[in-house]
Amino acid sequence: MSVRQGFLALLSERPMHGYQLRQEFERRTGGTWPLNIGQAYTTLGRLHRDGLVEPLPGEAVSDDAARPAEVFRLTDAGRAAATSWWGTPVPRGRAERDELAMKVALAVTAPGVDVAVVVQEQRAETMRALRALTRAKREIDAAAEPARALVVDAQIFAAEAEARWLDHVEAAESARGARNTEPRNVKEGGAR
Amino acid sequence: MSVVLEMTGVVRVHGQGAGEVVALAGVSLTVREGELVAVMGPSGSGKSTLLNVAGGLDTATSGSVQVCGREIAWLGAAERAEVRRQDVGYVFQDLNLVPALTAAENVALPLELDGVRAGVARERAIAALVLVGLESARDRFPEDLSGGQQQRVAIARALVGRRQLVLADEPTGALDSVTGDAVMRLLRDRIDAGAAGLLVTHDARHAAWADRTIHLRDGRILRSDGAGEPADLMEADA
Repeated sequence: MSVRQGFLALLSERPMHGYQLRQEFERRTGGTWPLNIGQAYTTLGRLHRDGLVEPLPGEAVSDDAARPAEVFRLTDAGRAAATSWWGTPVPRGRAERDELAMKVALAVTAPGVDVAVVVQEQRAETMRALRALTRAKREIDAAAEPARALVVDAQIFAAEAEARWLDHVEAAESARGARNTEPRNVKEGGAR
Repeated sequence: MSVVLEMTGVVRVHGQGAGEVVALAGVSLTVREGELVAVMGPSGSGKSTLLNVAGGLDTATSGSVQVCGREIAWLGAAERAEVRRQDVGYVFQDLNLVPALTAAENVALPLELDGVRAGVARERAIAALVLVGLESARDRFPEDLSGGQQQRVAIARALVGRRQLVLADEPTGALDSVTGDAVMRLLRDRIDAGAAGLLVTHDARHAAWADRTIHLRDGRILRSDGAGEPADLMEADA
């Protein structure tokens, strides 16, 4: 999502000026995406340039072109863009460029690197992040701040997925190691 | 914060000779009042054995297990049963409640087994149900309760009386994610109120409600993480 798409979605509810848009954008994204006022006006200016928003007729016009004070509403084209955005799924990120996946991929093929250690270190970091997010979640009253709760939940589920994937890497690597040593009939653990 | 569970060099071996399986190969672990510790690891890593030995459902082959200062590793069956009733509460994934008893009767059960008079046991049980927000369900039978409500009753029972140690084995396993979160929040609140807990889970999202996570592999602690994070420091200051 871009700020631009967020503004189109918010303006489809009611006309707003730049300051209101910025406030509403921050509130509705659960306070996780701070905007400065310059960004808000720049975005609004571009939407105007592209014919997606227009000033409400009869409202005050600022003499500073860079900081228009007027209230904006969607044009027909803007309304169509907002509607089409809701109906379009967000594409998955390019997982093959995921930094962690790349690092682990290199680790399993690099000589002298203990993948288990790489996985353990990473899992400790993932769990640390997950605990911090869970602490943040405990402070949120989901009934009063649903947007904030959902944004934190999204981060929690993403971190959980990472932890599960790390478990999978460890299990797969351990199975691969066991296959490679099978002729020697070495069983894991053993009583000591 | 006083120590509720202290395990030192705990070994548990099942079977003998060639069939010998080492379920725990020397585990040491301390859980204090107000602390929730998650135990994670693949199947067969010793998670459930650890929980069972901690709660006296299973006996250590060697090593020490102290619950509320009492050494339970070498107790006989009858004495271990007493510790289980008085100091330890269990929450399992399912099969938690006795179907023929109401919610209040289920919560009162461990007290009554321990000789507390029926009227007093019921009073304490209802107080425990109030703490988990289920006072209104006190006279309902388990089959009339949702999965999340049943787990809340189980948590009330696990903490009724003076029991200070909660042992939870996948308590959210059969629940949807929202209900599971509510159960974890409740468990966390009850621990914060002064109990200690050991939580076996394969779910990192639920382990994240704990103060620390220990990772088991082949009966050993591979790693422990989380100690000394902000929440702990705040508790230390309090």
